[in-house]
Amino acid sequence: MTKPVLELQDLRVYFNTRRGIVKAADGINLQLYPGERFGLVGESGSGKTTTALAILRMIKPPGRIVGGRVILDNDIDLLSLTDEQMRQVRLKRIAMIPQGAMNSLNPVLRIKEQMILTMRTHGAEGSNGHMLKRVEGLLASVGLQPNVANLYPHELSGGMKQRVCIAMAISMRPQVILADEPTSALDVVVQRRIMQTLRTLQEQLGAAVILVGHDMGLMAQFVDRLGVMYGGKLVEVGTVEEIFTDPKHPYTQLLISSIPSLHRKRNFQTIPGMPLSLHEPPSGCLFHPRCPQAMAHCSQIVPREIEVTPGRKVLCLLYDEELTPAAQREVVDDTAAS
Amino acid sequence: MTPPLLEARNLRKVYTKRSGFFSRPDENVALDNFSFTIGGDDPVFIAIAGESGSGKTTLAQMLLGFTRPTSGEVLYRGQNIHHLNADSQKQFRQEVQAVFQDPFAVYNPFYRIDHILHTPIRKFNLASSRKEAENMILEALATVGLRPEDTLGRYPHQLSGGQRQRITVARTLLLRPRLVIADEPVSMVDASLRATILESMYKVHQDYGISFLYITHDLTTAYQVSDSIVILYRGIVAEAGDIEAVIKNPQHPYTQELVNSIPMPSLGQNWIASDDSMGTEAVDNVMHQVSKGCKYATRCPHVMERCRQNQPPLYQVGQGQVAACYLYDETPALTGDNLTDTLHRRPDFRQ
Amino acid sequence: MIGNIFYHLRTNLRLTAGLVMFSLIVLFMLLGPMMVDVRQARPLSTFPSQPPGPDYPFGTDDQGRNLFAAAVVGVPMTLRVGLIAGAVGVGVGTILGFLSGYLGGRVDTLIRGTVDTLLTVPGLVVLISIASIIREAISVEIMALVVALLAWMWPTRTIRAQVLSMREQPYVQMAKLNGVGTWEIIWRELMPNLLPYLAVSFVGSVSAAILASIGLEAIGLGPQNEPTVGMTIYWSIQFNSLIRGLWWWWGVPIFFIVFLFVSLFLISAGLDQIANPRLRRVA
Repeated sequence: MTKPVLELQDLRVYFNTRRGIVKAADGINLQLYPGERFGLVGESGSGKTTTALAILRMIKPPGRIVGGRVILDNDIDLLSLTDEQMRQVRLKRIAMIPQGAMNSLNPVLRIKEQMILTMRTHGAEGSNGHMLKRVEGLLASVGLQPNVANLYPHELSGGMKQRVCIAMAISMRPQVILADEPTSALDVVVQRRIMQTLRTLQEQLGAAVILVGHDMGLMAQFVDRLGVMYGGKLVEVGTVEEIFTDPKHPYTQLLISSIPSLHRKRNFQTIPGMPLSLHEPPSGCLFHPRCPQAMAHCSQIVPREIEVTPGRKVLCLLYDEELTPAAQREVVDDTAAS
Repeated sequence: MTPPLLEARNLRKVYTKRSGFFSRPDENVALDNFSFTIGGDDPVFIAIAGESGSGKTTLAQMLLGFTRPTSGEVLYRGQNIHHLNADSQKQFRQEVQAVFQDPFAVYNPFYRIDHILHTPIRKFNLASSRKEAENMILEALATVGLRPEDTLGRYPHQLSGGQRQRITVARTLLLRPRLVIADEPVSMVDASLRATILESMYKVHQDYGISFLYITHDLTTAYQVSDSIVILYRGIVAEAGDIEAVIKNPQHPYTQELVNSIPMPSLGQNWIASDDSMGTEAVDNVMHQVSKGCKYATRCPHVMERCRQNQPPLYQVGQGQVAACYLYDETPALTGDNLTDTLHRRPDFRQ
Repeated sequence: MIGNIFYHLRTNLRLTAGLVMFSLIVLFMLLGPMMVDVRQARPLSTFPSQPPGPDYPFGTDDQGRNLFAAAVVGVPMTLRVGLIAGAVGVGVGTILGFLSGYLGGRVDTLIRGTVDTLLTVPGLVVLISIASIIREAISVEIMALVVALLAWMWPTRTIRAQVLSMREQPYVQMAKLNGVGTWEIIWRELMPNLLPYLAVSFVGSVSAAILASIGLEAIGLGPQNEPTVGMTIYWSIQFNSLIRGLWWWWGVPIFFIVFLFVSLFLISAGLDQIANPRLRRVA
């Protein structure tokens, strides 16, 4: 039984806002296996980017990681490391391609300077000549000509800039790559090329990828397993096949039927009800006010994670065979605390 | 025979950029020799699709009169829109309206959202009393599925992007225009809210007989709402016609590449693995200008020598479908303004 | 928008602190005449060179002026110079800045060219030249106008820059689609959003004007018979108050200058904080 390369246990990230505490990520349990492609999908505000940032401990105040563990290689809990140790982990073992990465390239540095600087900051050593060779090799692996190294970011197209960001992300041969909406600003043809490049590199490196996004079509074509997030909770996990052919959570079901596609015209279906407000979350299950299959006790009991089949998880009372005393106690605790 | 509502005649827009004092200026042909007509009597829903650099936004800006063409003209009821007298200008604005891309920036942050609804009523004298104006607004909001208690009296930052965009659609309804030019109305809106905005646009089209020109880079949403489509590539029309035909049976190699690049939310599409590309460099290198020949030649898997010499005309590749590609030179080429006819053909079946 | 005022006062420390300080000065100006006979601001009205004490809270100068009375009379004058010059500067600057920024073309080239050229002229030299020519006839109001001559150029530039960026905003295009004409766009769409910048510009202009007038007065080019802050400094220099140990003579005006400028600066910084987040707000 392969051990996960990255495991999130009960990860909680809360934000202290003027209007109260916002639970951006609340009890995330996730296993990422070596070399696999995992998609984290959800609407904006669902907590997917927060989760990705929390893995790298890049949460800024007023947010903070209030609980849980992030275990790398079955070995180290990243949340227990010092700042210096964490810096050694970033890029070397876990790399990130953040949202809008191509716009955060330093406009006054040439690509090679930027890349060498980044690598050195995270522990790469070697002479300038040696580093330049590495840069050219990396650029080639993402399909860019060596002359790109001498260019400035504004001389590159959007697709080329994003390839540079990918090159930087793989420069230290990480075990895990976190990609947060890496193609959202790109044209659909360029997007395909970029994702193909990413996949090739990922397979060569044997690295695992977490793709964060909201495009279900992209997820279906790129990832092996999918995690659906809603209101800071991971409401369903499964393989892409399982989720698309047999979605279990009512939210997932509505999500899938509302995806616009070229198979059906005038599909104006959406998820009914008002969008979730994390400042005033509903009691019990966060989705119950909008859920077409809500039962009476869904407003009172917080659903716990049910493993329907191995690896197939749902956070929904519909699949909870027994409402154990533990689940009921959680209700009392929640109401007492609020 | 009244002149058509809006006509684009040989529209061409060239942007020149001087990279230095002594070097020759860089010319970028954003749109080249584009002509078509919107009659205004029969409501149509036409999509103008293209990627960045295709010229679609330039086209929208020229049709609305915010950018002047380098050559060619835009005619409102037979008159050049830049030579209209004050009355005709007012009429033009009333009959041709728009929905823009950024659902936040179209609101003046100083005012509540009511400002954007009352101003056109006031300027176009659409209501004779305050009460009548309020009723018009309530009706318009209801059509797009918004409740007045959720929206009126609020500031733009207090509403979601989806609500703000739907209010702009409601605004167009107040004016009862003939044509609404919607420039990427959903691209800056959260994915989960897009369907409601598209639905509101479609409803306005169905219930009030208003034509739409839907400008987008997203073929999927274009397919959802439109009847016909024009595919733009680097300023020229690559393919156009009935949307079912163009999407399900694309003839131009570019359209084929576009449609194949869309990741489907289903299993079985060979999206990630297949490599039918010309290499990444050709795709990325949009900076490179092509002066003669077909603009798609550098990326085309079927490129022939004549493609590099001349820009192919639009050939009639099927009933209600045209494509600008020498692969189809057996079929008759389009003459005159038959592009409009191609786009105005109503399909025999409706879902 | 009005309801916002209390929110801003509560959270914007700089603005509140600045306003509090400024209102103290206003209080001083209002209550002062009730606490002292203002005629004592003239020379030869009291015992000369008295240090601050119970009879003369700010002491007296070498020429027999009660410095407390002098402050009560002089501070409002200095403020008036600043306010008039600042208002003229921002007023002219707004009109020119709008015309230049919104209309563009030749109007813009003309206005911008003039402003840019005039900005290269060393302002202090111009002021000194003008002031020394009209030396005898100078009054507080004329002082204000002289300073105002140079106060309109920076506001023109900054307001023009603001208008240029606002002109391209989608809400301006939307207004055009709504049938709104050019003048109405300027007045009803652009101007309200410019108010925070105008406020900051105004406070900045007032500060600069006060500084310029004090500078001119301190070298003797001000209204000779008025006990303005700058003139008091001038006289204190002329009569060697520093060497003679009459510290209150130069100390009182300097205290007022510092207090006034700190308050104006805080107000300006506070307004800046309001002005910027509004434009930085993201959808």
